[in-house]
Amino acid sequence: MKAKTFDERSIWWRVGADFLHSRVAVFGLVILALVVLAALAAPWITPQNPYDLMQLDVLDARLHPGTPSSSAGYTYWLGTDGQGRDLYSAIVYGLRISLLVGIGSAAIAAVIGTLVGLLAAYAGGKVDALLMRLVDLLLSFPTILMALMILAYVGKGVGNVVLTLVLLEWAYYARTARGQALVETQREYVEAARGQGIPRWRILTGHILPNCLPPLLVIGALQIARAITLEATLSFLGLGVPITEPSLGLLISNGYQYLLSNEYWISFFPGVALLATIVAINLVGDQLRDVLNPRLQK
Amino acid sequence: MSAEVPTLEVRELQTRFHTRAGVLPVVNGVSFTLGRGKVLGLVGESGSGKSVTGFSIMGLVDPPGVVEGGQVLFQGRDLTRLDDEARRSLRGNRIAMIFQDPMATLNPVLRIDTQMMEAVHAHRQVSNAEARQLATQALARMGIPSPDDRLRAYPHQLSGGMRQRVAIAIALLHGPDLIIADEPTTALDVTIQAQILSEMQTLVRETGMALIWISHDLSVVAGLADEIAVMYAGRIVEHGSVDDVLDHPQHPYTQGLIGSLPSANRKTRQRGARLTQIPGMAPNLLQMPSGCAFAPRCARATAACEAMPDMFRPRAEAPAHQARCFHPGAAVQTMEAAA
Repeated sequence: MKAKTFDERSIWWRVGADFLHSRVAVFGLVILALVVLAALAAPWITPQNPYDLMQLDVLDARLHPGTPSSSAGYTYWLGTDGQGRDLYSAIVYGLRISLLVGIGSAAIAAVIGTLVGLLAAYAGGKVDALLMRLVDLLLSFPTILMALMILAYVGKGVGNVVLTLVLLEWAYYARTARGQALVETQREYVEAARGQGIPRWRILTGHILPNCLPPLLVIGALQIARAITLEATLSFLGLGVPITEPSLGLLISNGYQYLLSNEYWISFFPGVALLATIVAINLVGDQLRDVLNPRLQK
Repeated sequence: MSAEVPTLEVRELQTRFHTRAGVLPVVNGVSFTLGRGKVLGLVGESGSGKSVTGFSIMGLVDPPGVVEGGQVLFQGRDLTRLDDEARRSLRGNRIAMIFQDPMATLNPVLRIDTQMMEAVHAHRQVSNAEARQLATQALARMGIPSPDDRLRAYPHQLSGGMRQRVAIAIALLHGPDLIIADEPTTALDVTIQAQILSEMQTLVRETGMALIWISHDLSVVAGLADEIAVMYAGRIVEHGSVDDVLDHPQHPYTQGLIGSLPSANRKTRQRGARLTQIPGMAPNLLQMPSGCAFAPRCARATAACEAMPDMFRPRAEAPAHQARCFHPGAAVQTMEAAA
């Protein structure tokens, strides 16, 4: 017999349990899971590869939702776009690009920004001042303007969009990581770790960083949503991903010209998919913030 | 040679804080010597500089504080002249520190094993399995039951006394020659405090390490220390063996500290008797009196006290007993009544 002397569950286990308290957040998490699963399973759950021009039939262009295909044996449940692309397939494949760009850029920006923030907090003095003024500069520019300028310079393409978003987003993480690290540096456990002779860099990465993660995680969730929106905006403006591999933003942009002729579905359904994804991510992010912020805890 | 060299010798240590309001002499010429297996109780009020003395020895004084003078000889080596890496390799290894609040000094988001193994790896090139083994042994030595379970716990899952045992176990990981304990039992229950004190005593006796026990509580130090140094406004004002200082306090400030202790001793206890207070407040370090810092609060102060008193040897029968006072001696009223 082994007596249970204390609650062995970890802090992250408690965070998970707290997270599930909000029904709205669970709803968001479910939507998000569905979106991610759909994006991952795209080739198996869609009747058509919307990027393969051989599979597109121009005669099927701009068909109403629910119209059967004239050549292939399936129904266009969400209609087709100007090139005869099945919109359902295009949306699911578009989600892949949107999520890849969003999560990819947010993750890379998180790593870079956190490292820069920790370095600033660790080095202090001139290095700190220099890095933080750079951050201020980046954050003071209108995001879209900066993105257009960078994309105009590096050119279109998924990789370049990710690069642009990383350049725009790392500053948020850097500022938060630095601020949090400076707060944590004042805590007594850091003094104790120094008293144990643990090297400064190890104290920063092994002791301070884990305590900085909660706010960075929240920023990360919200920045994914921001990156997806930004990518959609850039694609809508024609500077994002190439036209042969449409993301959600590009699909919306493609359908825009048909809106006035009552062919609403080409823009509408990708817009709904985008909206659902962003709202789901924001719901999850908000709940994460509430759960991870000790001041808001009941 | 090593037999004669004391574990720690502090000479004229000066630590100043450069604040916007001015330069504060927080530690102002502190000197003492501590041999192997000896326990020094460093006693004083809040702000007397006792904690900063400990941090100065550790090399952990943060800006705006700067160690500006004096020597800290650890086994004959002057620590103030070592570079950062050399000091780091001594910290936690040969010189360890225990802090007041074990809840604050353990990292809240890391498990005990992570923290202890990190402390092992800071000074030893060993595998994770060996580090875990050392951590388990250290916990077992502190009398912690089922150490393997405790290793997997987070700090908030342990009681206050258990946390402080873990903190002490971390300090003992590398078998240090000197431990600086900064009020480590102040945040604990009296019963837990007694357990920890007796464990520390056993450890000092068994390992021969030297211990500096920083406290504002004379009664804690009385049972533990070999010597007592009383600090006031950045200086040691009285220093001697526990018996000398507690039985024959020479400095009026020490007498005031002893007089303000409630006594649980049946012979001296008087129900309803007033505890004596020391009148006035500790001096502002920005406007230190030129002479004795305690003079403004002292009943014996005379014109002579406007000069800085040296450490005198007031009692011929106890030559090691020193006090920084022009008018040393037994207390006048209250102490006689108690004795």
